[in-house]
Amino acid sequence: MDKVALPKYTETRYRVWHYSYIIICIAVFFFLIAPLFVIIPLSFNAEQYIHFSDGMLALQPEAFSLRWYEDMVYGTKNPWGIAARNSIYYAFFATIGATVLGTVAALGLSSRYMPYKQLIMSILISPMIIPLIISGSAIFFSLAKLGLAATFPGIVIAHIILGTPFVVITVTATLSGFDDSITRAASSLGSTPTNTFFKITLPLITPGIISGALFAFVTSFDEIVVILFVAGGDRNLTTIPLQMWTGLREQLSPTIMAVATCLIVLSTLILIVTELLRRRSERIRGISAQ
Amino acid sequence: MSAEIRTSDGELLSVKLRKVERRRRTTAFLLAAPLLFFIVFAYVIPIFQMLGRSIDNVQMNEFLSETHEVMQTWDGTEMPGEDVTSTFFYELKGLVEEKNHGKIATRLNYEKGGFTSLIKKTARKLKDFDQNGNFLDQFIDVHKKWGDIEYWLALKRGTDAYHFRKYLTTFDYEQKFDGSIERIPEKKRINVTLWLRTIFVAAGVTFCCFLLAYPISHLLSVLPTRYSNLLMICVLLPFWTSLLVRTSSWMVLLQKQGVLNDTLVSLGIVADEGRLELMYNMTGTFIAMTQILLPFMVLPLYSVMKTIPPSLMRAATSMGATPFLAFRKIYFPLTYAGISAGSILVFVLSIGYYITPALVGGAKGTLISNRIAYHMQQSLDWSLATAMAAVLLVAVLIVYWLYNKIVGIDNMRLG
Repeated sequence: MDKVALPKYTETRYRVWHYSYIIICIAVFFFLIAPLFVIIPLSFNAEQYIHFSDGMLALQPEAFSLRWYEDMVYGTKNPWGIAARNSIYYAFFATIGATVLGTVAALGLSSRYMPYKQLIMSILISPMIIPLIISGSAIFFSLAKLGLAATFPGIVIAHIILGTPFVVITVTATLSGFDDSITRAASSLGSTPTNTFFKITLPLITPGIISGALFAFVTSFDEIVVILFVAGGDRNLTTIPLQMWTGLREQLSPTIMAVATCLIVLSTLILIVTELLRRRSERIRGISAQ
Repeated sequence: MSAEIRTSDGELLSVKLRKVERRRRTTAFLLAAPLLFFIVFAYVIPIFQMLGRSIDNVQMNEFLSETHEVMQTWDGTEMPGEDVTSTFFYELKGLVEEKNHGKIATRLNYEKGGFTSLIKKTARKLKDFDQNGNFLDQFIDVHKKWGDIEYWLALKRGTDAYHFRKYLTTFDYEQKFDGSIERIPEKKRINVTLWLRTIFVAAGVTFCCFLLAYPISHLLSVLPTRYSNLLMICVLLPFWTSLLVRTSSWMVLLQKQGVLNDTLVSLGIVADEGRLELMYNMTGTFIAMTQILLPFMVLPLYSVMKTIPPSLMRAATSMGATPFLAFRKIYFPLTYAGISAGSILVFVLSIGYYITPALVGGAKGTLISNRIAYHMQQSLDWSLATAMAAVLLVAVLIVYWLYNKIVGIDNMRLG
């Protein structure tokens, strides 16, 4: 913490200000992260209530149990299994669709010669900006007209729409730092444009593509508003967020806490992957991590 | 006269260059084209089609097309003549046979309350009508409401192919049958309250996010990388975590029997019977939204602050500025770009928030999105829902346009 340490000659009032600044920062970080960690111990609660029992506070082993995880996996009332399978399917196909479409579009958009760049970019980003309630109902009406509402392809199409802006943004950002002289060097050495793309460009922008794909995956996996409209209450099309939404509207149950804990573990994994990608991307481009 | 420079294949250089440029423009456009067409056809056009529903009344106009036409000559000052009533009788009879009278009843009920029962009762009695007698008197015999001229005026107005009255409803106004525009009775006013609340919450959440994000972004930008990377987890983990997980964690915390109240009671700050009402009101919506949207403010602020060299502040203080003056005159203005990027992003996201207010907000903490969803899914007044959606969309697009102007869409960064 040497950078934030104060020199010896600092006046008292600045010293006080400095320490209150540190305390404020700690409080804000706590505010950000603490709510997530409240859920984890509660999912191991042996009782049926969502609060810290006296036994839990005294760290008695019998106050903790895995029964809500068992309920999550084997419980007959809760279709978490179908929900998880559907969520993964939708997210998988939506990610492929969004990543391919988004990456190709980003390649065009990063070209200096792209006509109407601002306008086209604004249109492509719009699903991210327009309130989901509007997107959800509009997509629902158009899918219903095509007879695709409450079907598997319909949901995947909806999720592709929502996922592409993230791919476009991350891949364009990667390409904006791209050094054109590398591809020129390749072609001057006799490489065909296709060969240059697959041997030079693609490997360099892969971290951007993967991080865009992750965004698209998470967008689809966590999506709740649009699916509320598009799934149309069909239990076989349900997803994890949809089940959580239904559950939360009825009653806060410990099983939901168990599911939430699993999702927190998942987001931790995603965070680790993105961090590794960022480091790799910096290393490839020769920007050393300070 | 400029010299004619030619390429090796004998073409004029300027022509050749233009050709190459055109080819590159085409290639670039063709790459973006698949996604552009997908988004335009699967998303942009459907949005416009949906918003069209807010003024579209064509179906009603078709169901009662002849009545509508005859009514154009009726000035509405006294009861309609036999030409109108007889045409309406025959058209209604046709609709009852096709079982479509329920649809017009629902639609007409938006124009004037009581139409649903009126149409249903009339539909049952239509077969008893004497087709040679006076139709108006027979209508009044079936239901005395037909003697009220306002129902006939509502019928005339309700069969127009297009109308803009739902936009008045969106702001709690209504058009009287004499054409004057008035506010609806005070007890029924809800939409203006919701609009104001939405703007207030969005602005408030944006401001709170700014207040909370500024110090931590600064700390993250000055700390050595190995510490700041660790602290960055506190920002990025919530960012990557499902919205429903974060909302449910706030439900766990804020409930009356929740963790926060339990802690306050056990610490003796609050009496057991005086537990705080933190959820199902504005407080809950506000706190939860602030925490959920905070990363969207921290990330742009941090990326801007990271580029400000610390030597600037040192230079200012070495020339005699107090740290506060140096901050106000040097550092703060340099972060404007990050502040505007973060604020606009948070504002745009919070103005359309739906899930968190619906779960944490209860009746007193819902926002305009929740109202739109209510009209879409429960009251099924799609015209009103889409009119509200159109107004919300315009608001969002104005902010989006501002973002484009101030920050530039190309500078949008994630994570």
